[in-house]
Amino acid sequence: MMYGVSQLGYLVASALFVFALHWMNTPATARRGVYAGVAGTAIAVIVTWAEPSVIHHVWIVLAIVAGFAVGVPLSKVPLTAVPQRTALSHAFGGAAAGLVGTAEYYLRLAEGPATLTPFRMSALIAEIILGYLTLTGSLMAAGKLQEVRWVPQRPVTYPFQNASNFLLLGVALALAAALTMHPDAAWAPKLFPVIIVLALLFGVLLIIPIGGADMPTVIAILNSYAGLSAVAMGFVLDNKLLITAGALDGSSGLILAIIMCKAMNRSFANVLFGAFGQIQKTQAAGEARVYKSETAEGAAQVLEQASLVVIIPGYGMAVAQAQHKVRELYDQLKKRGITVKFAIHPVAGRMPGHMNVLLAEADIPYTDLAEMDDINHDMPQCDVALVVGANDVVNPAARSDKTSPIYGMPIIDADKARTVFAIKRSKNPGFAGIDNELYFGDRTWMLFGDAKNVIGELVKELAAGSGMH
Amino acid sequence: MANDFWPTVYVFVLASFIGLGVIRRVSRLLHTPLMSLTNAISAIAVVGAILVVGGDYPLRIRVLGAIALFASMTNIVSGFLITDRMLKMFKSDEKRGGANPDAARSPR
Repeated sequence: MMYGVSQLGYLVASALFVFALHWMNTPATARRGVYAGVAGTAIAVIVTWAEPSVIHHVWIVLAIVAGFAVGVPLSKVPLTAVPQRTALSHAFGGAAAGLVGTAEYYLRLAEGPATLTPFRMSALIAEIILGYLTLTGSLMAAGKLQEVRWVPQRPVTYPFQNASNFLLLGVALALAAALTMHPDAAWAPKLFPVIIVLALLFGVLLIIPIGGADMPTVIAILNSYAGLSAVAMGFVLDNKLLITAGALDGSSGLILAIIMCKAMNRSFANVLFGAFGQIQKTQAAGEARVYKSETAEGAAQVLEQASLVVIIPGYGMAVAQAQHKVRELYDQLKKRGITVKFAIHPVAGRMPGHMNVLLAEADIPYTDLAEMDDINHDMPQCDVALVVGANDVVNPAARSDKTSPIYGMPIIDADKARTVFAIKRSKNPGFAGIDNELYFGDRTWMLFGDAKNVIGELVKELAAGSGMH
Repeated sequence: MANDFWPTVYVFVLASFIGLGVIRRVSRLLHTPLMSLTNAISAIAVVGAILVVGGDYPLRIRVLGAIALFASMTNIVSGFLITDRMLKMFKSDEKRGGANPDAARSPR
């Protein structure tokens, strides 16, 4: 009887999760998706808690209270810190899977090694390897995104890096195979921790060669791993809700990673093992190239004359927290009857959809946010392209320069606009360490400075200008 | 035990297809909230954690379970809350009180 009730509960929860994701297909219904997710989770927790085998209620209450105590503040981080928060929660998800897997193994070993069938054992090992590597990998990613001092921002590479990583993974898998064959051998309980340590180490090694520009893809892949570790847990516990929810998460991460890779014209393997983003050593020396810079006043005059302005935001906007100033600029331009669109490159920022959320936070209607493919048709008609802290995603070298590391990456055609203003903090190359042709174009003028200040000045100029009419 | 194998694999494969089909249609605008939502959903590992922490098992096993329960619960709480917080911010031109009701559809 109890079994029937709990299975029904899990089934309802699974259905709610599918609906939750379905409702995310448009902003109009998206919040319903959250409620469905909450309802599904609540049902699953209650049904599980009601299992007769669950008797230590105080512990459960304490752990849940602690979860709330940490979870609520974590949900209030500024939106620019959302990539770190997401990476951190992948780490938590990985930790949960790894710890439950560890507990399950020792539990079954003590109480009934016969239940450690080869199938369950391989699922268990998949669970702990995925779980623990997601834990450390995501912590590393979060550290890079948060720019923690002892986590190197630039990719760290050394000779035979990929070879040694694969060797490490190979050793872990060989040990896993041995353990699967003999889960209750005398040496097995000692071998198990070794696999855990290898998985933890592998997670770190997997992330250190990856640069900041690849973070959107890496976060998506880690999302997928966290989901797959939940699936593996579902196999171990024979729980179909876990399998369903994990599969939804896993496929979500996979699709996002594919979208990110396509948007950079790179393969999974290249992102993971390519050590992209090192400063190029082959820079042609001696060729001093000159930027043309413009004042806020001059730029404001050009903006006023425009009829279509396309704003291209990038990570620099997030760093400078400039989204609210951008919105003031948007309002100033709109007031003059100028059409303003935002061109969002899929990999702009540090996670999928990062720019959309920041602009939404600044109360810019999502109806004015355009995807790359749609806006590129309009770029030749665009009077002013305003690049706010974006770099590689507007670099024309991606179209023309076969030697460029980003050659072939789809870009926003900012260079086709009649005038380009690029706001840039410094004269250093971007995160990918590549010089940007756009900045030296005939129709490009640079506005050097912090994005927030520069846009603030533009707004001031425009506001003063309108007062004179 | 061998009997359990195939049904669970079926569930996994079919759920993955559903996942791919549903996620593909998610608006690109919402990829960040999507990620925090799936994060909260996959914290359903909470089920496994409750079974471990609440069962009549040795102390060290339950400690592992308690940490796992804490981690999953953190993800559930922060994941759903931040997703909702972000989604509240997405407004169309219409809702924002803009003058252009035609622009209420997704961007061109």
